[in-house]
Amino acid sequence: MMSAKLRTGQTAEIAGPKKANVIPQPKVAASMIKRATRPLLVVGSDAPNVATNDGDLVDSAIRFLKAGVTVVATGHLSKTFKDRGAEVYSMQFMNLGDRLRDPDWSGLDGAGAYDLVIFVGAPYYMEWLVQSGLKNFAQDLRTISLGNNYQPNASWSMGSMPMKNWLTALDEILKELEEGK
Amino acid sequence: MTKRDLKLKIDELSSALGTFKGLQIEVGRIHDDEWEEPMGPTPFPSVGTFRDWDRKLLDRYKPFYMPFCDLCCLCTFGKCDLTGDKKGACGLTMAAQQSRIVLLACCIGASTHCAHARHMLDHLIDEYGRDHILDVAENTNVEAPNIRLVCGIRPKTLRDLEDALDYVETQLVQLTAAAHTGQEGDNIDFESKAFHAGMLDHVAMEVADVCQISTLGFPKGVADAPMTEIGFGAIDTSKAVVMCIGHNVLPSVDIIDYLMENKLFGEVEVGGLCCTAHDNSRYDKRAKIMGPISWQLRYIRTGIPDVVVVDEQCLRTDIVDEAQKIGAPVIATSEKSMLGLPNRTHDPADQIVSDLVEGRTPGVLIIDPTKVGEVVVKTALEMKPKREGFKALSKERLVELAGSCRNCMECIRACPNNLPIMDAVKAAAEGDLDALAEIQPMCVGCGRCESACPEELPIVSFLTKAAAEAGMTEKYAIRVGRGAVTDVEIREVGRAIVFGEIPGVVALVGCANYPKGGEEVAKIAEEFLKRRFIVLTTGCSAMDIALTRDEDDQNLYEKYPGDFDAGGLVNIGSCVSNAHITGATIKIANIFAKRPLRANYEEIADYVYNRVGAVGIAWGAMSQKAASIAAGCWRLGIPVIVGPHGSKYRRNLLGRADKEEDWITLDARTGEEKYVGPAPEHLFYAAETLEEAMVMTAKLSMRPNDTSKGRAVKLSHYIDLHKTYYGTMPDDLHQFIRVEADVPFTMKEEILGIIKEKGWEEGKIGMLDPTLLERMVRGKS
Repeated sequence: MMSAKLRTGQTAEIAGPKKANVIPQPKVAASMIKRATRPLLVVGSDAPNVATNDGDLVDSAIRFLKAGVTVVATGHLSKTFKDRGAEVYSMQFMNLGDRLRDPDWSGLDGAGAYDLVIFVGAPYYMEWLVQSGLKNFAQDLRTISLGNNYQPNASWSMGSMPMKNWLTALDEILKELEEGK
Repeated sequence: MTKRDLKLKIDELSSALGTFKGLQIEVGRIHDDEWEEPMGPTPFPSVGTFRDWDRKLLDRYKPFYMPFCDLCCLCTFGKCDLTGDKKGACGLTMAAQQSRIVLLACCIGASTHCAHARHMLDHLIDEYGRDHILDVAENTNVEAPNIRLVCGIRPKTLRDLEDALDYVETQLVQLTAAAHTGQEGDNIDFESKAFHAGMLDHVAMEVADVCQISTLGFPKGVADAPMTEIGFGAIDTSKAVVMCIGHNVLPSVDIIDYLMENKLFGEVEVGGLCCTAHDNSRYDKRAKIMGPISWQLRYIRTGIPDVVVVDEQCLRTDIVDEAQKIGAPVIATSEKSMLGLPNRTHDPADQIVSDLVEGRTPGVLIIDPTKVGEVVVKTALEMKPKREGFKALSKERLVELAGSCRNCMECIRACPNNLPIMDAVKAAAEGDLDALAEIQPMCVGCGRCESACPEELPIVSFLTKAAAEAGMTEKYAIRVGRGAVTDVEIREVGRAIVFGEIPGVVALVGCANYPKGGEEVAKIAEEFLKRRFIVLTTGCSAMDIALTRDEDDQNLYEKYPGDFDAGGLVNIGSCVSNAHITGATIKIANIFAKRPLRANYEEIADYVYNRVGAVGIAWGAMSQKAASIAAGCWRLGIPVIVGPHGSKYRRNLLGRADKEEDWITLDARTGEEKYVGPAPEHLFYAAETLEEAMVMTAKLSMRPNDTSKGRAVKLSHYIDLHKTYYGTMPDDLHQFIRVEADVPFTMKEEILGIIKEKGWEEGKIGMLDPTLLERMVRGKS
């Protein structure tokens, strides 16, 4: 029987032959982010609707920002960050996916490509698709999905878990990053 | 004028040359054309004719593939794993496989409209004759711009439409063949073929709508087309209720005719879902529009329909099972959707009615529309009293059933929109239906939650009942589909569109697979109507626009006129009416700019792409038809935005604004190559949020040919929308401001400061007579 951790967030969004490794412990995710030279956190438009220990996912993303991770908001979410006093990059999700597959892209700050892209807060199926595009057409790019449901097309994904456990895990990742800052 | 299939057979002919026996002369086509416009370069183009044009576009708007499946399972070599750099047993790459699926989707979509058009044309020729004159729109000479442009013929009669349709059918076979194992292997060539399917689709749609407008008395391009009613409350349930679902109006026409001939409109209500409803209302405004296609299941669950009539396309394929649950017989009317029902076409009408009313069969197939009319009406009248005792789900029963929810969350995992169904059901178990009523408008009506539920709870019925309890059973006004944009309207606004003084033409089209309900379509429409864009609409989007009222109790059809002019809300009609939208852009090039139309596709597409600020939005695009309609827009250079679910079409066509070399365009006056900025930036684009889509729409309305005045108007909308929804000034203005005169006057100092910081220099972005075609450079033709 399939592990509950590998249950996808939507019924039919199943994995192909190459599927994401499940992040075994929050500190493993934190460690990967800390080791990355140019990590990028992509925050999707559902973030304000996802409650976290910080308030919502936007608030948690602001902690990532303060911990030194570059943040880009998709959809029109950058306004929410701005309203909360945080300046983040803004790029439409499809456009961002298209740029990320290009190893020669100069990045949002002009300093070059990213070596690790972390996803939270996008509609599940859109994240699934963008990561499918990256899995197939940007094979050297490592991706991490930090949502509370398994994303099979990422390189690494949180396993599906109850919301309570996920909130704790997200908090642990952030604390690790903040401590290592 | 054309004649078809001239055939001369002489048993015996004696002449000076001798005696001939069994002489037979056949001529398939004779063109004794009176059209003074000379034939253009590409009549009846084949699969590869526009390959170079397509590649110009696809070089600028490269596909970003997002595979839905990493495998190919189309032949017995497979399944083949194509992940990453792997190739299939036939040598196919992942990129090629994705574009192959896009091609197949477009072929299915175009074939569907083509088959629809063929059925309609054959039937109408039988009824009205091949020589029936086409009469499409008032004050209009260019009656069929897509057919003229693609085929190089000027259809005058129903017979002439057969030529266009013969061509489309032939080409679609070629395209489908290209998807066979071991045929096409290059993803960009697959994409080009998908564009070809899209172009063909617009010819097929035009045939379908032109023939029905010309014969069935539909409105002929009039701005003040009649108003009718839409919504749950539009249906008079004191009458017997006939529910017609689908896209092909012919069976419904005979139902309406039968009611009129027998003076039974007072006893029978004819309502429709999806495009059949649009076209019913174009035929007779007494026909009601129940709602968009997503309402199919929920409308049946109300138990209101006494008879369900299905024709073709976008039907629920389990409609017979669903109708049986409410004791309503189903009458299928198309060989494309026979649904396992017995074919009773040749049986006496009264015998069929008796079998349906007595429940000896759950439904029948009747291919003859005239017989459909009689059987449906008689059955509805007899079923009405028999079904009086039918009780839809009661609140008490709902609450009782909801109590069996296991908290497994499978309903949420199955829901395309991740709606919080489980929490709403749990609340219902406590007698509180508010949460169910709250999520009902966002439900796309797919019923996947019910399939997933281990307790088999009828969740769609829960939602329907909760909405009814909350009083969501209103009726709204809707202007019926008016058909084509007239030549006179094009003359009046063509200049303002091409020079950018009307900021854009927004076409809200397509299906109802919305991420957050149909209200979002009305929001988009109103945003651009207020900004004096021209807003065109068709299909389910045209319906959903009607279903929102403001504080003055008016909807957008009541607030905005139906003129093809700034601030006009133009309901064009059903899915096949989409051909009039591309047709309007083609007519701008032909009528306003005097560009030759006949078989001159590339030049017209080049004109539309560089000059006509039209943007398509299919916010709830769901079907393969939506894919092929969009593909027809892409080849013509019209960008299309889809909602988040549209990302499931597996690829976007995205421009790279950061690569100046991608935006080099020729000046037709001098032949000089010049950077023109990323206008329009994308050709096919899935937006994540409504607000993002609205900002992108304003941005994609910009074209290289805009005058400074026009560009300033367009920029002012882009900036204002960006400030509203992103809270900031756009960071890419330096890519769209060519000279200082382009800057909106009221923001001049602020904007010049911003763009100069980004290294902007006046004149770096060209203002030219833009073309992508070398032959359009003066003296090079």
